[in-house]
Amino acid sequence: MRLSEPLVNTIVLAGLLAVPLYALVVDEPFTITLATRAAILALAAVGLNILLGIGGLVSFGHAVFFGIGGYAMGILAFHAQTYTTLDLAVFTTEGTKSMPVIWLVAMGLSAAIAFLIGLLSLRTSGVYFIMITLAFGQMFFYFAISWAQYGGEDGLSIYVRNGFPGLNTLVPIQFFGICFTILCITLFLKARLQASSFGLALNAARQTPARVETVGLNPTRLKLLAFVISGAITGLAGALFADLNRFVSPTMFSWQLSGELIVLIIIGGVGRLMGPVIGACIFVALEHFLGGLTEFWHVYLGIILLCIVLFGRGGVIGLLTGKVGAHV
Amino acid sequence: MSTILVIEQILNGLQFGVMLFLMAAGLTLIFGVMGLINLAHGSLYMVGAFAAAAVAGATGSFLLGLIAALAAAALAGALVELVVIRRIYNAPHLDQVLATFALILIFSEGTRWIFGSFPLFLDIPKALSGPVTLPGGIQYPLYRLTLIGIGLLIAIGLWALIERTRLGIQIRAGENDREMIAALGVDISKLYTFVFALGAALAGLAGALVGAIQSVQVGMGEPVLILAFVVIVIGGIGSIRGAFIGALLVGLTDTLGGVFLPEFFKLFMETGAAQKTGSALASMGIYVLMGLVLIWRPTGLFGARA
Repeated sequence: MRLSEPLVNTIVLAGLLAVPLYALVVDEPFTITLATRAAILALAAVGLNILLGIGGLVSFGHAVFFGIGGYAMGILAFHAQTYTTLDLAVFTTEGTKSMPVIWLVAMGLSAAIAFLIGLLSLRTSGVYFIMITLAFGQMFFYFAISWAQYGGEDGLSIYVRNGFPGLNTLVPIQFFGICFTILCITLFLKARLQASSFGLALNAARQTPARVETVGLNPTRLKLLAFVISGAITGLAGALFADLNRFVSPTMFSWQLSGELIVLIIIGGVGRLMGPVIGACIFVALEHFLGGLTEFWHVYLGIILLCIVLFGRGGVIGLLTGKVGAHV
Repeated sequence: MSTILVIEQILNGLQFGVMLFLMAAGLTLIFGVMGLINLAHGSLYMVGAFAAAAVAGATGSFLLGLIAALAAAALAGALVELVVIRRIYNAPHLDQVLATFALILIFSEGTRWIFGSFPLFLDIPKALSGPVTLPGGIQYPLYRLTLIGIGLLIAIGLWALIERTRLGIQIRAGENDREMIAALGVDISKLYTFVFALGAALAGLAGALVGAIQSVQVGMGEPVLILAFVVIVIGGIGSIRGAFIGALLVGLTDTLGGVFLPEFFKLFMETGAAQKTGSALASMGIYVLMGLVLIWRPTGLFGARA
């Protein structure tokens, strides 16, 4: 069976939308939560895919941004729920329970940190880059653990989900709607980005940096911009993820999470628009069903992954469309 | 803050450093010779610790436990190399990261399956327990001192192996030009399996030795793995000498930072806040060190290639 990629993309998105709607009809709120989880993880991986798929940069520390998004939500909501002020050296502010504000803060902070990390990491390439991003991830992980003011190792619980004007976010399907809409908008923007002159230049910088330099573009600057955009998207996903669980903890910074984000992309197909989405759906489904069968489901996940790496180049989308490479 | 405490902490840092070296040496050899980034190195560390704990628990002999750790880790390493790693030497780094990430999942959950989630305990052998008195009246645990000795001996042994033996010549030649050395009649795939098993055995040994001062549990390998990555990034990937210097730097920074940074902040802050700030910064210390080294030298202290 060979399907065209746009058809596969449509089926995937329609499927991700249909499952929670069906769950709403048969009244299974937990399934809606699973779909929301898939949408949020997909969003985080879409962010990473800008760096990994177009730029060819393997960031093994993207949990940093996921965690920053999470803590941005956690800290703002914590101050709002305890009616304390947030003291930021220069000025003090109240916390907030408003999602749009939290999202902006999460994206802004992630972008700023991504700029700094990118500035340092992009001095290197290849394996060094992988290890350095990994090390930055650990740095934030240990920092979060020792940050006693915001729960340290135990993390922070937020009792009521943050609000979005006009919606009741505590209703699972409404919160899913928010996440799904953000995912669709981001996918649209990502497709536009990939086709833009910036996207093309970034793609070229991955393939032959020397040529990009010859035509007068700076590959490092292109990659840095990609890193910042990528970090901001993953940060937004982190804020949503924290809101889904109403809980943030240092595990959002863990290196396993960075690894899982890469895994999502690989399962779906590197550099594909929908790769992360299909990957996230499969991952959440595996986690749920295999996790229900055996406590040790990670063994099977490992075996599946090994098989994909050794035999199935191109991921699921590659398998369905019959094209191994994502790039023309 | 007495001199005795300072010397004690320096010794602790050295002990931590040489154990990191055992991990980092294997990683850097495997990367240098085969161009492979091996995330599953931490799993081999764990395999060593579990093998030692299981055998020492059954026989009561720590030495047998160590031998079991070496054998089990080397065997696991050779097996993994033959079944999986061999196929991905020429694959992109991304594939290597994924395949070895998958191996971590399999090793960790497999170990949990066999041994359960509870930590095992490995006792320090009687002959090595208790403190010794060093010159200057410093009391220091004999076992930790032995670890420093073992680490240094292995460092010298590795140096001799690489610089002074025929096998070492082949390994170094393999780093430079694998096609040429194959053309000269060296069985390159056997050499690769050997290097991988050697690295695995070192990791397993480190796991067993450290397992006696910490608990032996699933997931113990990954924090050490990441520190070992920091070590080889600082030292320069592929360089044993770099791994040694890097390991000592990281070991000392981590240990001394944890003790002295809070003290340092107490000089101009109130005690509680100083404790918090100091320990938060200390946990980030080695990453700051890495950042500084990279700004200065993007390929590490002794690294030649990017």
